[in-house]
Amino acid sequence: MMDTVFYISSIIICILMALSLYRAVVGPTVLDRLIGVNAIGSKTTALLILIGLLYHRVDMFVDIALAYAMLNFIAVLAASRYFQKRKGLYDEGVRK
Amino acid sequence: MANLKPNKSKISFLITFVILFVIWIILSGKFDLFHISLGLISCFLVSYFSWDHLLPDLDVRTLPGVWIRFIRYIPWLLYQILVANIHLLYLVFHPRTQEVIDPRIMRFNTRLKDGMALVTLANSITLTPGTITIYISVFGEVTFHVIDIQSGKTLPFIMEAKVAEIFKE
Amino acid sequence: MNIIVILLMVLGLIFFTGGAVGIIRMPDFYSRLHPAGKLDTMGVFMIMTSLSLYTLQEFTFSALLTAVKIMLIVVFVFITSPTATHAIVDAGVRAGMVPWTKDETREHILE
Repeated sequence: MMDTVFYISSIIICILMALSLYRAVVGPTVLDRLIGVNAIGSKTTALLILIGLLYHRVDMFVDIALAYAMLNFIAVLAASRYFQKRKGLYDEGVRK
Repeated sequence: MANLKPNKSKISFLITFVILFVIWIILSGKFDLFHISLGLISCFLVSYFSWDHLLPDLDVRTLPGVWIRFIRYIPWLLYQILVANIHLLYLVFHPRTQEVIDPRIMRFNTRLKDGMALVTLANSITLTPGTITIYISVFGEVTFHVIDIQSGKTLPFIMEAKVAEIFKE
Repeated sequence: MNIIVILLMVLGLIFFTGGAVGIIRMPDFYSRLHPAGKLDTMGVFMIMTSLSLYTLQEFTFSALLTAVKIMLIVVFVFITSPTATHAIVDAGVRAGMVPWTKDETREHILE
């Protein structure tokens, strides 16, 4: 019975990730894409543990989730530092 | 590193070492001699090289009181985060979002001086939905972005009073 | 016990939904950060709490270790999420992006 709950919540999280992907693909500036990627990353952390519960290997997947959370944080930090004062930051519709 | 008193650096090193080793034990989950000694060696090396990064200006006399008050501050902060989250949920699911929200940038001057207190205040403001700290200067000028006027009017001031109480300023 | 787990899970999914919808609906970059940074953090908190409660149901040592690790992820997310949000907003301010406002009063000084 709990397996069904986990299945349904994983599917809902996947749909929400697709919704966030919209912002990562369309978003007018680079930072909007960064927000979308960050949102997808934090959902992936929850999804990894759900996958672990479905396969009955939580003890292994929890390490992967922890590493993924750290990687997500460092990726966002590095990208936002890298894109400071770059051309791509301005609104892509306005730029000549 | 050299200009600090050796006693201070020893306590700071010890605290860093204990925190690192607890995290090592939780992450490793193996208790045989090999893994424990490996953890001891690596925690010793890391805290030997970077003990002054985690707790930069440590005051031994006030430390336990600050931590106890800080732990008592966390449940209140969680409750405020929950309340403000529900408010933000209402804003997001409102049928005419662009009419309800009223984003703007606010400024105020805080009287906190200590670096740790300023960091705590900035992170608390950012964690509470509706307000994001943009910039906080050493002289205590806080610039933050609010999503509607109501959420930025009272909460940062209560928070400032609470943080000032933690660090006794 | 299962009911608490399912309740927390549904609450977390509601917060996640709010985050995803808010990212799409908000008008500009600054206001998009509000749902992205905070509703997601709250959703992670709810879902991780429910999953660690579920893991603790058969009370063995390895289950306890797994639950503590899951809560460690929550603590980590609560520390790093404001930092990541601040890094993004700092990059935006340094690039000189103008916040979207309803009327022309862009700055509201509080004393």
